[in-house]
Amino acid sequence: MDIVKLIPSKVPELYLETEHISPDVFAGKTAQQIGELHVHMGNQTYKLSDYFTIEGKGGATAADTKIVIAGDVSKVKYIGMKMTAGEVEVLGNADMYVGAWMAGGKLLVKGSVDSFAGIAMTGGELVIEGNAKNYIGAAYRGDWRGMQGGKLVVKGNVGSDVGSNINGGTIEIGGNADVHLATHAEGGKIIVGGVAKGRVGGQMVKGEIYVLGGVERMMPSYKYDHDEEVELNGKKMNFQVYYGDLGERHGKRKGEIVYGKIFIATGAAEAESEGKTEARAERRAKLNEKQVAQMAEAFKTNAEPSVQEVRTYIYDTFGFDLKPMQVSRLIDSMKR
Amino acid sequence: MSEYIIKNGTVYDPKTSVKGEAKDICIKDGKIVDKVSSKAKSIDAKGKTVMAGAVEVHAHVAGPKVNEGRNYRPEDKLFSYKPTGKNTRMSGGFSIPTTFKTGYEYAKMGYTTVMEAAMPPLYARHVHEEIKDTPIVDEAAFPVFGNNWFVFEYLKNNEMDNVMAYISWLLRTTKGYAIKIVNPGGSEAWGWGENCNTIHDPVPYFDITPAEIMKGLLTANEKLGLPHSIHVHTNNLGNPGNYETTLDTFKLSQGIKPTNKFGREQVLHHTHVQFHSYGGDSWANFESKAKDVMDYVNANKNMTIDLGCVTLDETTTMTADGPFEHHLTTLNHLKWANVDVELETSSGIVPYVYDPNIKVCAIQWAIGLELALYAKDPMRTFVTTDHPNAGPFTRYPRIFKWLMSDKSRQDMLKGFKNSDKVIAATTLASLDREISLYELAQMTRAGPAKSLGLGHMFGGLDKGMDADVVIYDFDEAKNKDPEQIEKAFSAAEYVFKSGTLVVDHGEIVNNGNKRTLWVDAKVPENTQVERDVQMKFLKYYSVNLNNYEVSDHYVPNPYVIEVDSN
Repeated sequence: MDIVKLIPSKVPELYLETEHISPDVFAGKTAQQIGELHVHMGNQTYKLSDYFTIEGKGGATAADTKIVIAGDVSKVKYIGMKMTAGEVEVLGNADMYVGAWMAGGKLLVKGSVDSFAGIAMTGGELVIEGNAKNYIGAAYRGDWRGMQGGKLVVKGNVGSDVGSNINGGTIEIGGNADVHLATHAEGGKIIVGGVAKGRVGGQMVKGEIYVLGGVERMMPSYKYDHDEEVELNGKKMNFQVYYGDLGERHGKRKGEIVYGKIFIATGAAEAESEGKTEARAERRAKLNEKQVAQMAEAFKTNAEPSVQEVRTYIYDTFGFDLKPMQVSRLIDSMKR
Repeated sequence: MSEYIIKNGTVYDPKTSVKGEAKDICIKDGKIVDKVSSKAKSIDAKGKTVMAGAVEVHAHVAGPKVNEGRNYRPEDKLFSYKPTGKNTRMSGGFSIPTTFKTGYEYAKMGYTTVMEAAMPPLYARHVHEEIKDTPIVDEAAFPVFGNNWFVFEYLKNNEMDNVMAYISWLLRTTKGYAIKIVNPGGSEAWGWGENCNTIHDPVPYFDITPAEIMKGLLTANEKLGLPHSIHVHTNNLGNPGNYETTLDTFKLSQGIKPTNKFGREQVLHHTHVQFHSYGGDSWANFESKAKDVMDYVNANKNMTIDLGCVTLDETTTMTADGPFEHHLTTLNHLKWANVDVELETSSGIVPYVYDPNIKVCAIQWAIGLELALYAKDPMRTFVTTDHPNAGPFTRYPRIFKWLMSDKSRQDMLKGFKNSDKVIAATTLASLDREISLYELAQMTRAGPAKSLGLGHMFGGLDKGMDADVVIYDFDEAKNKDPEQIEKAFSAAEYVFKSGTLVVDHGEIVNNGNKRTLWVDAKVPENTQVERDVQMKFLKYYSVNLNNYEVSDHYVPNPYVIEVDSN
């Protein structure tokens, strides 16, 4: 297997769109030819070599090609897009659309990724060792065909709308999942190692969701059916099985109605109640005096900060979310 | 304006009965002429096919439902965008392309005139805004009349003069071209959660039947002497066993003779007949009734049809037949948009995947082609896909291939997953007819132009006609490969629109000077209709009458066809 090494040589001013970083495109090309490939930034077109130092060469076929991105590419989109074979390894973080429409091969990101990783993927293996944001393994905007095959692993936490419209393949999440997990699912399997926040499996007609850490708030359209022992990743575990989404149409197979299923690990109830206290605590969150002072300092030059700015600042700096109304009051008090 | 002479091309022109003879075509000042001066630019077309610009008789290419389709199907545009070129604007989309792509793609295939098949009068401004933004091709739009409260009330009371005056008013107000009827009565019944599944089901409240609506509008159309006949999409579309409803609809026109000064010979045009030629009583025993339908069409010279061929693509269905779209979304469970257009019509949109592995889709594909192959008179049977309902118009070259090559059809039939079932439910396997280029010119040029009452301007290469001329790199005598047909008709070598060279070797070189055609039908002053219109606007419409009219600036380059029925 031939290895192409891409070393980021400068940080793009905006975001770089590089749909050509894929073993399918690199196969059969020399370092020189790879460097000539187009990348886009804003409405401008550049060469790959403007932003990366390229070493090695592509293999004879995509399957014989491995791409190693040796550095942080958190401002680079579309890495491994539409790849069908071969390997890609990103040693740092990456931006949106990693492994989007991927059909085969292996893609590993050592760091974290932004949204839309592995959307509409049909095959292959996508592993993200850090966290991932929203719409992981979901469908493209408007489309009803989300992830259809392959395996997608996120070892950390994920954002919202993960696995929207999934109808095949497996998504494994090591940490927690935000809201709207597996909306509109019509198949596939999702495993959440931690806690799923809520609105899990909305409008799901088929498919399986396993949540080991419990669901903070179940949808009212799911009903508890039975307990079941399932072997998951070689380990036998007990689950409470919920059927739904009862508000949706459901097909029949061999005379039996097919439901979407949510499996909640038995014993996760404690985690669930813990989650709930956390959620309540979040609602009651308040800034202490020191934090208010720090924030006032940060917004010293900005006489009229917007609610959104302040809310984002609080979220980024102190790690919790305030309601817009609270933020608005806070701004008023700061002005006084 | 410049002069051109196209030398030695193999010309196919039904208008002048030229069946593949080597001939020179001369163009001067936007018209076809007998001869040109020595300064004329010469194009050598030896061994190439020369035809008039093609005329699209039925497509959904502009207006609110097309745009809603674009809005709610971002996935249709994915990976399809082409950046701005030398003479072109940014364009994209597949089944519902942008207006610019619509113009470019039609022109590249050699189409120079396009009819937008369903204009909701209330949103006529939007239709004309999009028509204005569609380059090159001349266009016109058919306002829908089949579910209109005025029409219902006047017809119910047998007030033919008022129907005519209202039609005249609406055509002028919306800058429309012809009377379009979509699921007569059914779209209105949809407002009550019902539908009209036969032509004798009464419409709730109005107590009028689809048969009465169609017959009444047909009579009004002939009394007015409009260039086109009524343009019908009848009830019960897309349901197994609906061919009986279709034949009942056809029979409404039996024995009626056309009255007009435009050379039109039909009194009824039925559109996308493929969707209306189904036998059986469920999806399990669904079968083709193309032969029964075409037997009627062949025997009755006062009607024309277009095919609505399924192209087996992923597409976006959209029609003013609101109840049908709801029916469709319950079948395929994909997203659905629906709207009720006040006093006039309704509309719905659902994406649809015509999958060759599904038996019903493959049978639908076969029916579209059967209709054309059974047609005895190609001047009355036109090629369409009911774009985008049965497939995008960009697939026309592929349909030409299927029509012109028995081998390509048999290969398709054998390749289906349910091949045996499809062959058993259709007669396509036994039809070895191959449409000739001359017949194709009748089906795509002379025929539709004549049926639209535009036979004196479009669809032919006679002296004095508009110089819409297309040269395809294709030699019928020498060609053996069906794929070559599709390739040649996908990218015309040269296209002239009104004497301007717009396509040169498959590239857009000029955006032409597109016109919007509309019909100004003059009727005696009718104060009752004027008063009724004002009353309805005061009482029911959500807009003011002044905000309804398509004023002149929406139609910057009009071509008005005047009809005087005083």
